[in-house]
Amino acid sequence: MSSKSIGGEIIVTVNGTDHQLPSGSTAHDLVASLGLEGRPVAVELNEHVVPRVELPGRVLHQDDRLEIVTLVGGG
Amino acid sequence: MEDQAGTGGAVAEIPGAALQIGEFSLASRLVVGTGKYATYSEMARCLDASGTDCVTVAVRRERLLNAAGENILDHLDTTRYTLLPNTAGCFTADDAVRVARLGRELLRDLGNPGSEWVKLEVLGDQKTLLPDPVGTLAATERLVADGFTVLVYTSDDPVVAKRLKDLGAASVMPAGSPIGSGQGILNANSLRICLEYLKDGDPGYPVIVDAGVGTASDVAAAMELGVDGVLLNTAIAHAADPLRMARAMRAACEAGHEAFLAGRIPRKRYATASSPEDGRIGGSTT
Repeated sequence: MSSKSIGGEIIVTVNGTDHQLPSGSTAHDLVASLGLEGRPVAVELNEHVVPRVELPGRVLHQDDRLEIVTLVGGG
Repeated sequence: MEDQAGTGGAVAEIPGAALQIGEFSLASRLVVGTGKYATYSEMARCLDASGTDCVTVAVRRERLLNAAGENILDHLDTTRYTLLPNTAGCFTADDAVRVARLGRELLRDLGNPGSEWVKLEVLGDQKTLLPDPVGTLAATERLVADGFTVLVYTSDDPVVAKRLKDLGAASVMPAGSPIGSGQGILNANSLRICLEYLKDGDPGYPVIVDAGVGTASDVAAAMELGVDGVLLNTAIAHAADPLRMARAMRAACEAGHEAFLAGRIPRKRYATASSPEDGRIGGSTT
């Protein structure tokens, strides 16, 4: 993966898959663009949890790695 | 000789009668998993029938395509159940700590008290799902330092169990047999030693059998050993009639606990008549 942003876009990895976003996008923008706003999800950015209230202020950068998780059945 | 442990009179119940784990107080001694049910509505009915007030959940990646499907939280009354998030599927301490923190964030958002505790699993082997004791010890230490109430899945090794308690685990949860195997309690002797070590000078310390239950008698047998609770999932979810099995598990948990408190009779090799020896007909009078 190139470490440079191209044409005002950045590429971040979300749940193991590359996603292209406009430069300057926040973690909240990403969650919203995936249709997950208001859903029970938690977000981890580069292996650190980002509390929900901090998502709008967290600007994403090229090559950031995110995990977006929810609760499922388990024992 | 056969059963010197586990006998010897009634046991005084710890006041309160609820299952107390750190700051958490549970009304039922059964903790029930939410995995593997055919449908969410069947899960909800089984949880209700089991009498539990604490259910485990797992943390997994959200589907990024078609995420609009049902979520388990649409079927779990989070005002009724304390959720216990697990770190199932983690094979390193690092992953387990990350998953525990994500679970905490999810549950804090829900306002569920379960945000502050975690069922820690650090697995060592895909085939057996047995715990990695080294990773489990490391993750316990880190999560306790991070403020978690740690309920830790482990093997029935009494030495590891004691180490986990010494590191600050709020409850040590030995497996009866491998997860989902339905083999019940394979080594009651080890569990007795775990109980002795963990409750030495600290009789209220909660010990929960986690994993291996196949049917109701396994729950009763575990409770009769003196454990404080049983955590199970597959035995209900994959029973031919899950709802009926959920009821059976509830009854078995209560029966086993009552029997433990009552104090079983010693095992003896030969018979002891229940009816009087005296006054039988046909003999000579004395």
